[in-house]
Amino acid sequence: MKKTLGIFLTLIVLYGLTAWLGDGFLGAYNQEKLMERTALFGILGIGVAFVIITGGIDLSIGSVVCLVGCGMPWLMVKHDWSPGAALTMAFVVSGLIGLAHGLLITKLKLQPFVVTLCGLLIYRGITRGFAEDQSQGFEGGYSEIRQVAIDKIPMIGNFGIPWTWVILLVVVLLAWVFLNRTIYGRYLRALGNNEEAARFSGVNTDRMVILAYVVCSLLAGLGGVLFVMNVGSAQPSDFGNFYELYAIAAAVLGGCSLRGGEGSVIGVVIGAAVMQVLKNMINLVTWIPTHIEFAVVGAVILVAVVIDELVKRAVARKRLR
Amino acid sequence: MRNSGSKHSVSCLLEVRGVTKSFLGVKALRGVSLRLEQAEVLALLGENGAGKSTLMKILAGVQSADGGEFFCAGESVTIDSVREAMQRGISLIHQELNLAGNLDVASNIFLGREYRRYGLIDDDRMRRESRDYLKMVGLDVDPETQVSELPIGKQQLVEIAKAISVDARILIMDEPTSSLSQNEAEKLFEVIEGLAARGVSIIYISHRLSEIERIADRVTVLRDGENAGELVGDEITHDAMVRLMVGRDVDQFFQRTVHELGSTALEVRGLRTVEFPEHTADFKLAAGEVVGIAGLVGAGRTEMLEALFGTRSALSGEIRVGGEAVEIGSPREAIAAGLALVPEDRKLQGALLDMELVENTSLPSLKRDSLKGVFLNRSAEKELAREGIESLSIRTPGDWQLVRYLSGGNQQKVVIAKWLAMKPRVLLLDEPTRGIDVGAKQEIYKLIEELASKGLAILFVSSELEEVMGLADRVLVMHEGEVSGELLRSEMSEERIMALATSSMKSVV
Repeated sequence: MKKTLGIFLTLIVLYGLTAWLGDGFLGAYNQEKLMERTALFGILGIGVAFVIITGGIDLSIGSVVCLVGCGMPWLMVKHDWSPGAALTMAFVVSGLIGLAHGLLITKLKLQPFVVTLCGLLIYRGITRGFAEDQSQGFEGGYSEIRQVAIDKIPMIGNFGIPWTWVILLVVVLLAWVFLNRTIYGRYLRALGNNEEAARFSGVNTDRMVILAYVVCSLLAGLGGVLFVMNVGSAQPSDFGNFYELYAIAAAVLGGCSLRGGEGSVIGVVIGAAVMQVLKNMINLVTWIPTHIEFAVVGAVILVAVVIDELVKRAVARKRLR
Repeated sequence: MRNSGSKHSVSCLLEVRGVTKSFLGVKALRGVSLRLEQAEVLALLGENGAGKSTLMKILAGVQSADGGEFFCAGESVTIDSVREAMQRGISLIHQELNLAGNLDVASNIFLGREYRRYGLIDDDRMRRESRDYLKMVGLDVDPETQVSELPIGKQQLVEIAKAISVDARILIMDEPTSSLSQNEAEKLFEVIEGLAARGVSIIYISHRLSEIERIADRVTVLRDGENAGELVGDEITHDAMVRLMVGRDVDQFFQRTVHELGSTALEVRGLRTVEFPEHTADFKLAAGEVVGIAGLVGAGRTEMLEALFGTRSALSGEIRVGGEAVEIGSPREAIAAGLALVPEDRKLQGALLDMELVENTSLPSLKRDSLKGVFLNRSAEKELAREGIESLSIRTPGDWQLVRYLSGGNQQKVVIAKWLAMKPRVLLLDEPTRGIDVGAKQEIYKLIEELASKGLAILFVSSELEEVMGLADRVLVMHEGEVSGELLRSEMSEERIMALATSSMKSVV
C-alpha cells in the first residue's frame, strides 16, 4: 500500500508539473488520449506483472502486439475473415505463445529472458513475413467495431471517458481479485517468493508459472487488438516496438519486484499513467527537446527504483537484529 | 576438553566491557563483557536472540556498538569497520561459506588481494603460497582444484586457510560444523587445536554442546543480551551449559514417554533413488512410533525422504500409507496420501521468508479450506495461524509478521505448524533442529513426543547422535544409499550407530 502511495504521489506531482508547464495539457482531447494510452499500456503492464511476480520476465510483449495488430486486419481485409473469427484467432495465437513460453521455462528450465527474447525476434519476423512488410489496416472499414477502442462515454462538455478505460477496469478488477482473493493468486506470490518452498508445500508451481505466461501473452494480444483498432493500421516493422519495456517499466514503478513475489495491480496502472504523463510532458513542454524522450523516461525509472531500494534497505536495517 | 600445555604464557588479547547495542529501541546487548586470551578456544553460547551474533558482528566490524570499551592487548581501541577489525587480526568465518565455487582453491584464498606481476595475476606465486596455508589447516588438495569439486568439509578448511592467510590472530567461527559429517567435524577440531597451538585465538559459536565440551577451554554464556556466566575447564559439562543458557535446571533434555505403537502407518518396499540405484530401502513405521535415520552426510538420507515425499523422483518402490498402496510422484500426491515433510533447508525449502506467518501456515491447506475451491478463506487462515502460534508457542508479535524476522527456532515451528494443519499420518523431518538454539530444540523434541503420543508416525533424519538416541524408538542407519542396519532402543549406542554408518557391515538384529 505504501509503495502504491509513493507512485501515486509521483503521478500527481508530474501531472501538476505538466499542467503548469505544458500547453494544452488539460484540454479535453489531450486528456482523453492520455487516458486511452494509459489504459492500453496498463493492460500490457498488468500482464507482465503476473510474470514478474513469479520472478520471470517477458520481453516478447511488443512483438505479440505487432503480430496481433497486423494479423487482425490482414485476416479481415486480405482474407475476408469475419471480425469474430479474427478476434478468436488473435486470442488463440497469443494464448499459445504464452503456453509455449511457460512450457519452455518450466519443463526445459530455460531462462525466461532467453525464451522471450527469442520470442521478440520470432513473432516480429513472422509478422513481417506474412504481411510482406506492408502496412496492414482496416482501410476505412469496420468503423463500428473499431468504436470500442475509439469511442468515449460523454462526461462534461466535450470530455468523455474512453471505452478502453472500461476494458481496463474490467481487467484490473479480474486481476485484482485473482491476485488478492483467490488461492491461485497466493500460490503465484508464494512461488515468486520461494519456488522450492512452494513446491514442497504441494503447490503445482509449474502450472502456475505457465498460467502467468499465458495471462501475460493473452493481455498482450488484447493490447494488440485494441491498439490496432484505435489507430486503424499497423506497420509490421515498428508496430509495438519497445512496448514490452513500457509495460515492464509500469510494473516496476507500480511496485513489482523483479526478484519476484511482489506486485500490485493498482500500482501497475498508476505506473502506466506515470509513463504516459511523462511522455506527454516531453511533447508538450516546449523547451524539452522531444528526441531525448528515452533518456528522460529511463532516468525517471532509474530514480524511482533507486529510491525504492534505499527505502527498502532503511526498513530492513531498522528491523535487523 | 582440550588440554594444551601452553596455559602459562597466556596474555589477554582482546577484551570488551559493557558493550551495548539496540535496534529500534530493542536492546540486543545490555552491557556484555568478553575476554579472549592468546591461544585460547573460547566458546560463545546462548539461545538465538541472546545476542551472540550481534556481539560477533560488532567484533568483526560489521556493525558498530552503541557503547562499551574495546581493548586489544591492553590498549584501548575502536572497531568501526571490517577493515579495522582485520587490521587488528580479527576475522569472521560465516556459517554460510563465502567461497567462489567456480574458482580454484588458490584464487579463493587470495580473492581480492591477488599477487600481480606486470599487471597480470601471478598464479604461480599464489599457488605456491596457498600450499603453506593449506598445510597449516591440514588440507591435502592441489591449489588448482576448483572449489565446487571439494566436499563441504574441505571447503570449510579452505575458508579457514583464507582467514589465516590475512594473518588473523583471532578467528571467529559461526557454527562451522553445521553442515559437516562427524569425521569432517573431527578433522576441523584437530585443525582448531593446531591453530591454537600456534597462538591463534578462536571464538567458537555452536549449538552442539558435545562439540564445545570437546574443544573449548572456556565457555562464555549470554542470555537476553547479558552475560549469564562462564565455565572453565572441568566445569564445561552438558548440563552446566544448558543450565546457564536457559537459566533454569534441566533435569532431562529428552522427556521421553513410552510410545503405544498402533497399526502400520507407513510401509516402504524396494525404494530406489536416482542417486543410489543399486540399493533398495525397505522399512515399516507404526502409528505413534518415532524412528530416526542416522548416517553420515551424503549417505542418502535426504534423498530417501525426498523420494518418499515426491520432491525427487524414485526409480522404483512400493509405498503404503495406512495399509493402502499409494503412487507418489509429486509433493501434492504425498500430501494427499497423508505425508508431510519438514525439509532440511529451512530457508530454501521450508519457509517463505518474505511472506507473513499466516500466509506460511496456510499454504498447504489453502485449497482444502478455500471458498468454492477458488477463493481465499481469510478467517480459516487466521484460525490456523492462531492454533499454530498457541499450540507450538511460536514467539511472534502477530500472525502478520514476516517469517524472515523470526528466530530460527520459531521459523522451524512455523514450518511444522503448516503441516499440522493438514493432519498428516506420517511426519517426515529432515534435520529438524539444525541451527536452532537449545531452548527451541527442546521444545521441538517435546513436540515430537506429543505428536507421537497422538498417534502420528514420525521419521526423522538427524546428524546428531544425541538427538537420535534421545528421541527414537528405533534407528535406521544408512551408509552409501543403503540401510546398513537397524537398532532398537535397547540396542542403541553411539559406537554401534557409528560402526554401521561408516561401514556397510550388516548388523544382526
